[in-house]
Amino acid sequence: MKRILLAAAGLLSLVGVAHASTLDEVKARGALNCGVSQGLPGFSSPNDKNEWTGFDVDFCRAVAAAIFNDPTKVKFTPLSAKDRFTALTSGAIDLLSRNTTWTMSRDTTLGFNFAGVTYYDGQGFLVRKSLGLKGSKELEGASICVQTGTSNELNVGDYFRANNMKYREVIAFATLDETVKAYESGRCDVFTSDKSQLAAVRLKLTNPADHVLLPETISKEPLGPLVRHGDDQWFDLVKWTYFALLDAEELGVTSKNVGEMVNSANPEVKRLLGTDGKYGEGIGLTADWVVRIVKATGNYGEIYDRNVGPSTPLGIERGLNNLWNHGGIQYGMPVR
Amino acid sequence: MTSETIFVSSTFREPEPPPVSDRGPVRWVRAHLLGTVPQVLLTLFGLWLLYVVVPPLVQFFLVDAVWSGTNRTACLPADVGHPVGACWPFIWAKINQLIYGFYPAGERWRVNVVYALGALLLLPLVLQQVPYKRLNAIAFFGVYPVVAFVLLTGGNFQLRHFLLGYLGFDALFPRVAPGVSVSWVFWTDYVLSSVLLAALAGGIARVVAGPDAVRGAVRTVATIMVPLALVLLAVDVNFGLEPVETRLWGGLLVTLVIAVSGITVSLPFGILLALGRRSSVPLVKICSILFIEFWRGVPVITVLFFATYMLPLFLPDGMTIDGLLRALVGVALFASAYMAEVVRGGLQAIPKGQYEGAMAVGLRYGPMMRLVVLPQALKLVIPGIVNNFIGLFKDTTLVLIVSIFDLLGAMRAAFTDPNWATPTTLFTGFGFAGLIYFVFCFGMSRYSMALEKRLDRAQRH
Repeated sequence: MKRILLAAAGLLSLVGVAHASTLDEVKARGALNCGVSQGLPGFSSPNDKNEWTGFDVDFCRAVAAAIFNDPTKVKFTPLSAKDRFTALTSGAIDLLSRNTTWTMSRDTTLGFNFAGVTYYDGQGFLVRKSLGLKGSKELEGASICVQTGTSNELNVGDYFRANNMKYREVIAFATLDETVKAYESGRCDVFTSDKSQLAAVRLKLTNPADHVLLPETISKEPLGPLVRHGDDQWFDLVKWTYFALLDAEELGVTSKNVGEMVNSANPEVKRLLGTDGKYGEGIGLTADWVVRIVKATGNYGEIYDRNVGPSTPLGIERGLNNLWNHGGIQYGMPVR
Repeated sequence: MTSETIFVSSTFREPEPPPVSDRGPVRWVRAHLLGTVPQVLLTLFGLWLLYVVVPPLVQFFLVDAVWSGTNRTACLPADVGHPVGACWPFIWAKINQLIYGFYPAGERWRVNVVYALGALLLLPLVLQQVPYKRLNAIAFFGVYPVVAFVLLTGGNFQLRHFLLGYLGFDALFPRVAPGVSVSWVFWTDYVLSSVLLAALAGGIARVVAGPDAVRGAVRTVATIMVPLALVLLAVDVNFGLEPVETRLWGGLLVTLVIAVSGITVSLPFGILLALGRRSSVPLVKICSILFIEFWRGVPVITVLFFATYMLPLFLPDGMTIDGLLRALVGVALFASAYMAEVVRGGLQAIPKGQYEGAMAVGLRYGPMMRLVVLPQALKLVIPGIVNNFIGLFKDTTLVLIVSIFDLLGAMRAAFTDPNWATPTTLFTGFGFAGLIYFVFCFGMSRYSMALEKRLDRAQRH
């Protein structure tokens, strides 16, 4: 049923949406329509001042800053996991920045393009410290709590089979909160989910210090923003906003020093900030587009540290999300 | 002969009070709690249940609760040093979110005015002793929605055309320099259209029913067009209020807007549909049945989803319908269909003699229904009607799936703030939301019981 609806929506969108360029529409509207999660700690959630905050939210703000020089010109549409693709197909949003895993089927059959991997996530295990486990290879005979209907449920089965291990049972629950409660009450030894979620879940446990994340990551969950097929300029704009955030971090351009960095003699910085060349015009913007982005949201590292980094309650280490020259795999394509 | 003194009391003696064991609370307890063996057992069971439920709740929500703080560390047992119950500072921090959603902080007074005005008008309406019920009803059902609408959205809709404009006569109207607070094009159009409509109605009436009917027809048009003009004027005038998109509404505001408009729309529409379904005119009957069965047969979530994500694909380009409005219409149509069946139950319970009696004294269909049948039928189904209202109030939370954050949606979003993630945040939030829902639903339920009692005097046994 969902498939048929999506297909119908896709067909209709070919007729209905593919004329005016998305950038022109966004400019005419005066705001970017961005789809985010209805609430995911560290990625999108309303803060005490009623503003949307989070990693995915900041990416929307970066795109808005590139276009309007104003990170507040975003209209956030909070979407549930099952409505997110329909909303993008129907044109209700211009950009979906909602912890969506880049998979082949989503990229090819749904009519979307992933603009990059803003966050490399992966499935991990949360266990009680008292069990004294060193790694997930020692999970033989464990009972495992997992949220039903997620890819986590499939991954954990695959992982045990691939490593010739047996679990006692996998107990699946309908909602995250139920799963957490079951884990905490001792129904199972292990709670498995994406690592970013495990970090959030740990905060809700009575004694977070009694629980520990196992080091292994058993699945690839590359999360990134996506756009509709059919408007390559818009795709480029979103993609290069992501690269610009990485390049800015790599070149040491931060929200604090961007005013001085404009005068830098480093040719790479000059190209990035538009004092040399007019690379921004290639995506329909002006040369100083990166200055606007970094002023508004900071570079990739600043966004990471502010929302999910070690100094936040979530306290997630950079890991894979570190820059390529710092042991991670985040790699911004060069501006030239 | 000795005289015997006979004592004759000239007054009645006051009766002795019943023995202690048979009066006051003692008697009540013996009669109701300890009368028979099963009663004793049930009483013990009840006491045990209270013992199991109440102390932990008090312990959690009051004794162990944390009352102040600025972030999650205030509610962590490790930092507080004792087991932590409810984390109330979480609610204080999120209270604006829960009441107003993303409504801009500087404009929240408008929501407050709407809340206050609603309470001020509703209270005298439900209290039996207060006079001027008719005036009050007009104020609440006629004026208040318009005022609330203008206050909440900001009004100033800059209407462009009325009938003639849509028919292509737009060029006829003078263009007045911008800066004028109402749109002259629209109002010239409106006045001309009204005059034309009145003339048309008068003309038809004259042909069909003779010259005497002209005046009545014109008056009918006027009674529709004049109030409509007032409503449109209120929406059109620029009061200098900042426009606030419905996308930014949320929390209790959305819950109340949807519930109140659903309730006030569903009752009259439900009555009409119920009458339609029992009508002897086949077309009316079939239409009513189709409408009712369609809306009862489709899940509300499907309709909300379809209206939000699929409808825009079918609409002409550039045409959008406000998201909240779509949800409102969907909910109102649903509630009407359900209400129709409740009212129909009441209509069927009225004996045929009532209809025949009303006809025998010469009442036509309208007055018969209004004066004889409906008052009795509606009185019978008050529990059913209020049941529907309460259900509707709680169903409003389904709008979460179309990205409208009602009270519960705002609460769920607040749970995801990592700065407030603690073991007890969830229970505190749901406890608070439950309390708010309970206050409203219990209020409705008590009012309906009071109403039943008041209207039921003639039949009380």
